Amino acid sequence: MTAVDEAPLSAAGNPIGFGSMKRVEDQRFVRGQGNYVDDVNLPGMLHSAILRSPFAHARIVSIDTSAAEALPGVVAVITGKILEGIPRPSLLGDNFAWMPTLSYDTQAVLATDKVRFQGQEVAFVIAESRYIAKDALELIDVEYEPLEPVMDAKKALDADAPIIRDDKGQTDNRITDVHGNQTWESGNKEATEAAFVAAAADPNCVIVEEDILYPRVHPAPMETCGSVAYLDKVTGQLTLYTTSQAPHAHRTVYAMVAGLPEQKIRVISPDIGGGFGNKVGVYPGYVLSVIGTIVTGKPVKWMEDRSENLMSTSFARDYHMKAKIAATKDGKILAVDVYVLADHGAFNGVAQPTNFPAGFFNIFSGSYDYPNAHCLVEPVYTNKAPGGVAYACSFRITEAAYVIERLVDCLAQELEMDPADLRLKNLIKPEQFPYTSPTGWEYDSGQYEKTMRVAMDIAGYDELRREQAEKRAKGEYMGIGISFFTEGVGAGPRRTMDILGLGMADGIELRVHPTGKAVLRLSVQSQGQGHETTFAQIVSHELGIPPEDIDVVHGDTDQTPFGLGTYGSRSTPVSGAAASVVAKKVRDRARIVAAAALECSPDDLEWELGRWFVKGDKERGKTIQEIALLSHSSLELPEGVEGHLDATAVYNPPNLTYPYGCYICVVDVDPGTGQVKVRRFIAVDDCGVRINPMIVEGQVHGGLADGVGMALMELIAFDEDGNNLGGSFMDYLLPTAVECPDWELGETVTPSPHHPIGAKGVGESATVGSPAAVVNAVIDAISPFGVRHADMPLTPANVWRAIQGRNVRTDMAVE
Amino acid sequence: MEITITINGEQVTRDVEPRTLLVHFIREDAGLRGTHWGCDTSNCGTCTIWVDEKPVKSCTMLAAQADGHSVTTVEGLEKGGVLDPIQQGFIECHGLQCGFCTAGMMLTGRALLDENPHPSDDEIREAISGQICRCTGYKNIVKAIQWAADNPATSEVTA
Ligand code: FES
Ligand code: FES
Repeated sequence: MTAVDEAPLSAAGNPIGFGSMKRVEDQRFVRGQGNYVDDVNLPGMLHSAILRSPFAHARIVSIDTSAAEALPGVVAVITGKILEGIPRPSLLGDNFAWMPTLSYDTQAVLATDKVRFQGQEVAFVIAESRYIAKDALELIDVEYEPLEPVMDAKKALDADAPIIRDDKGQTDNRITDVHGNQTWESGNKEATEAAFVAAAADPNCVIVEEDILYPRVHPAPMETCGSVAYLDKVTGQLTLYTTSQAPHAHRTVYAMVAGLPEQKIRVISPDIGGGFGNKVGVYPGYVLSVIGTIVTGKPVKWMEDRSENLMSTSFARDYHMKAKIAATKDGKILAVDVYVLADHGAFNGVAQPTNFPAGFFNIFSGSYDYPNAHCLVEPVYTNKAPGGVAYACSFRITEAAYVIERLVDCLAQELEMDPADLRLKNLIKPEQFPYTSPTGWEYDSGQYEKTMRVAMDIAGYDELRREQAEKRAKGEYMGIGISFFTEGVGAGPRRTMDILGLGMADGIELRVHPTGKAVLRLSVQSQGQGHETTFAQIVSHELGIPPEDIDVVHGDTDQTPFGLGTYGSRSTPVSGAAASVVAKKVRDRARIVAAAALECSPDDLEWELGRWFVKGDKERGKTIQEIALLSHSSLELPEGVEGHLDATAVYNPPNLTYPYGCYICVVDVDPGTGQVKVRRFIAVDDCGVRINPMIVEGQVHGGLADGVGMALMELIAFDEDGNNLGGSFMDYLLPTAVECPDWELGETVTPSPHHPIGAKGVGESATVGSPAAVVNAVIDAISPFGVRHADMPLTPANVWRAIQGRNVRTDMAVE
Repeated sequence: MEITITINGEQVTRDVEPRTLLVHFIREDAGLRGTHWGCDTSNCGTCTIWVDEKPVKSCTMLAAQADGHSVTTVEGLEKGGVLDPIQQGFIECHGLQCGFCTAGMMLTGRALLDENPHPSDDEIREAISGQICRCTGYKNIVKAIQWAADNPATSEVTA
């Protein structure tokens, strides 16, 4: 199977089912008629601004807000002290100064005792305009007593390290999870250790070790985070317009945080200007807009600036890894062991759905068949912003895919083997699926070697190697980098996965109107993925109703059933499955109605796209549109069938789906300047059945740009005093059209055996898989200088230093 | 101070603070929310509009500096219910995902084609290099602008 069967076209020229179809959403966006949170303006609405800490670690001695309050146009100034005085009728602490995080830790809404990272929320000003609110920030006088900050994760556990979370009575900077554990371990430890001991003693084996950093980066969607909150004091109804990837989950969290009855809370996520995991967390700013409306009785808008976005909301990664791999000298991988020092910032706020608090990191054994793998993760607090799981990371598969793919390249270099040959030798074989990995994942399907060969063909791999050899002889440094990744997406099965105790099944509703037009109501939330198009296509595929006749409603908790939202590439694997299931329910109901109308038994009917007909008599049948009208008519229906076709469903995935891919990057490096030019990038993804190939390819393109960005330029570093060195787009560099090559894509299609339409999800694949390909290419280019590894981002300065043999800490402003 | 800016052919006169940024004037005073902002340092280009037919980042200008000038925003691209080819190109080539950068990208693309009706891919990439898109990886934006170059008269009549 290479692709799905061609779908017939509707009168409007759209595929009735799967295929590349122009997006419904685009009509409003190209006219400037999108409706983002900052476009929401309610009558009488007030604006706000947050005063943030200039220090990474300091005691708050006093806050004087009187001058700010006296400024004309200022309505209220709220501090942590005020929040401490507001009792909270909920299980999650007794006042509003602190809130729970998605990892059962606490986070200050406004600092009371200390500030714990630069950019932390200290005071909240509500005013008649945003300009006045910002003016008022200048008038707030905060006296700080600076404390020594912990900026280097590697020093967080030193005996003399300053204690960050003294609010919790901590005596060190260790993080304790909800199970009471301070380290997180996965895999078979004894067997892995034994394999390394045996390999060390065996002259036919090698062990390669490397320190590998995945530095702190930020998802930085073009739209920053924000909210507009309005509490109607008469009805008690709280309406919250917010940049949320998970409106239903957020509603539940607000009910818990604010102690408000959940049925009185309506969360609306209108159009979202990109998310990438940045809009999963519940941030103090959102909560403050809610508190603001409670205090003032008026709608309150909060929109963060870009620097606030980069400095205070969900960062990603910050994993300091020590990894080793054992293999035979002819290139058979035997075992991998990884230790991770995980920098979680000042509050443990990661969103993670498993009992293993490092998320899906333990899928790090990758796409290769070997028996022994083990990891140990040691999380620490530092004086940095909270976060960690964000930026299209598939719950930390970014880190996992990066470490194994970097390690395999280090091994190839050690063995003087071609990295493609080494991978081909170890890839899991098609007949081994479902494949149980050494850390317990059950990969559903794959044809790894086939996919890799497609990528190598597009790249012209052998020819590239020849070109490289010729160039090297002339003193030119070209590099070819490969990465092969496997993701687990679509969290997740209720028996093993939840977030804050909320199981990860998704609800869905499908209404079919008498005229045969339909409305599908989704729990997941598009941030650009095109759900209004692709979900209509799924229903169209199942029912034969043209996609233009199906409206998709999302982003409003009053109008859609419960579900956990869009992140971890879960929309297609979970809600996409729900859409197929609910449409099939409608189809089954339609069969009964059609049988009644045709005066036969439902068993006598056969389905073809859009129509039930009598077996053996194709002429006798009813279209889905005819059946829709009949279902509302006076037609007599069998006992127990009340009429109408509408249906609901909840989908609880039996397993994750496992999209994978092979990426090849070609770079040219100028050794004199360290400048890297990404010349080509080949991406072959297998995400199972593609609902809308145009949209799949678009998502891959976006993720590839992320990979180029992270590999070459994106970084949130700090100096030792605690200053964030990536706090604006002047310092946090993102790739533009000039740094990105003309992506070359290919595909293989291996359907997921357990997903109703065989789709796997692809939203994060390229972000997960591409950084290693770029880094592997750069290291390949400069390997003649004796370089085996250098950490991201491979800026000209860092590449140049690596060529000079100098060791750099890219995450700290020190060498 | 009172200023008058002609936006998409209509005069907008408002009393504003001298420090009001043009992007805020367009969004808040003129109520045209198709122009977005995405940064504090004039790096992202999502606020790009035209001042006197030239692309400008509207966060880099005070509204007062545009007094007496003419401004075009995304809302001004569609003419008489007909999409500009650049708008159609973005639809045809999947040149947008979340739509947040799109207005600025289209305005830069349109201005480029007005000066250079048949740009190379590299010229397009250069023209939009002051603007960031986090969703598309740029390839389809380049294609969308090329589509508009190839279809100067093709556009969709809308109701
Ligand atoms: S808002 Fe970023 S450049 Fe204008
Ligand atoms: S389409 Fe989302 S930022 Fe460009």
